[in-house]
Amino acid sequence: MAEVLVPIGPQHPALKEPVSFRVWADGEVIVRLEMDVSYNHRGIEKGAEQRDFHRTLPLLERICGICSHSHTTVFAKGIEALMQVEAPPRARAIRTVVAELERVHSHLLWLGVAAHEVGFNTLFMWTWRDREAVQDVLEALTGNRVNYGINAVGGVRRDWPPDLVSTALDRVAPLGDRVRLYADMVAREKTMLARFTGVGKLTREQVLAYGAVGPTARASGVDYDVRRDDPYLDYARLPWKVITDDHGDVLGRTLVRVGELHESLNMIQVLLRDLPPGEIRAKVPRTAPPGEFLSRYEAPRGELVHFLRTNGTDRAERVDVRTPTMANWTSVAMALRGRWLADIPVIVAAIDPCLSCTSRVSLADPEGRDRGGMTWDELREHGIRFYAEGRHER
Amino acid sequence: MTLGGRIADWARLKSPWITIFNSGACNACDIEAIAALTPRFDVERFGILAVGSPRHADVLVVTGPVTLQQASRLRRVFEQIPEPKYVIATGACGSAGGVFHGLYHVVESVDSVIPVDVFIAGCPPRPDEIIDGVVACLGIMKEDLARGGKEWRRGRPAAVIAPAAPAPAPAGEAVP
Repeated sequence: MAEVLVPIGPQHPALKEPVSFRVWADGEVIVRLEMDVSYNHRGIEKGAEQRDFHRTLPLLERICGICSHSHTTVFAKGIEALMQVEAPPRARAIRTVVAELERVHSHLLWLGVAAHEVGFNTLFMWTWRDREAVQDVLEALTGNRVNYGINAVGGVRRDWPPDLVSTALDRVAPLGDRVRLYADMVAREKTMLARFTGVGKLTREQVLAYGAVGPTARASGVDYDVRRDDPYLDYARLPWKVITDDHGDVLGRTLVRVGELHESLNMIQVLLRDLPPGEIRAKVPRTAPPGEFLSRYEAPRGELVHFLRTNGTDRAERVDVRTPTMANWTSVAMALRGRWLADIPVIVAAIDPCLSCTSRVSLADPEGRDRGGMTWDELREHGIRFYAEGRHER
Repeated sequence: MTLGGRIADWARLKSPWITIFNSGACNACDIEAIAALTPRFDVERFGILAVGSPRHADVLVVTGPVTLQQASRLRRVFEQIPEPKYVIATGACGSAGGVFHGLYHVVESVDSVIPVDVFIAGCPPRPDEIIDGVVACLGIMKEDLARGGKEWRRGRPAAVIAPAAPAPAPAGEAVP
């Protein structure tokens, strides 16, 4: 049978975010896939070079509204290292608690979305109801439900009084039972088993070859987690373990995430019971000396990297962001080959895609001579030319 | 007006269908808009239903700043919605660019691409504020019906939903 091109997106009833898939199918079977993930390009990396460190934080927080704390922590951590200051222990503990709360909210959100993609809407409603408890805790602790704005260069912006901490603890504790219920459900519920088992299979070798990260990699038996392998914040002193699985399919990714929910809830409770006393913010210089730093962080979706270069002024010369979703897309394209068209939503959802952080502009010189970047004016001029010629319309 | 038209107008006020369009958002407004559909906020009790296709929708909820890549798509999606149609722009960046103001790849605001009826402030707005915005939009629809069209609003500023007072901290409500 002849191959048929099925275009999906950028606006499509099944998509929540703008992404464009061009799927070549033979009957119902996917032969190959092309994708365009660049609809949300806003130019944040360039904008981060124009603002000082303190004004860059709110901008980087809005790279992604779901892992917002990840982006500010990884940037603040890198700039602090370049400035050779260290956040006080209490600030580190507060950052860790918010980071793990963020992981809990993100994984609950994902579990709901994955269930929704296979038509199991009851679980979608259940997990999102439980997620509201986490959102309430985050709102009480940081002041915001989504973009928390708690990080600052040198520490955090809010201290938590003891009564707030004990309220948060009371609110987080019952979630453990709910997560146990979900773990049981994933292992036994027939709808999920039928749609998740053997779907989107990736072997350990494939994962390593395509550079997948986070729960996607750990579900294929890759024992890698930045929190353990390059410890930052308080992870080295906390009792927790890296969750891996060797199913390699969507079921495996679900099991890894549910396991991580347990670990995260546990870490949050250990930290909240015993928050170190003291200052929450170190005094930082206005400028950072010239230098380069590669800051790594385990975001809910996987390893997040910010490369930072400073030049002695109060702003970064280069901020390069490598987000986990961007790293995971290649593995999706490979996992989809030879599968049914109807498996697209669940395989795509299994990496927990988040399109807001997946677009980059990079400059390539085929001769390999020019290693410079573009100035603001050149970039603007290039953008105007690009759109005037209608090159964005395919 | 015909009986059929009267029934359609009544039904639209009782149950407006919304479609959410991500025009380059950071996902924060999107997850808050989806949270509004889930049990805590349950927007369906007002008859508000989220639909996938713009051709079925009455209200377009636009999240985020408009990137250059998405501007023409936003325009096309807006044109697919049948009249009478209404547009809600959520978040600071939908209203004035917000934190993305001045970046090389975003336009100034949603209303430089399509006409907006309600702006919702916040970064991101809470789900209850999004519901508030849709309900405010229903008020505008009702007014339009009484005055026989959108003409009377020409030249007037669009409605703005902004938080009134800080919400009280949640008091340890137990998760069932």
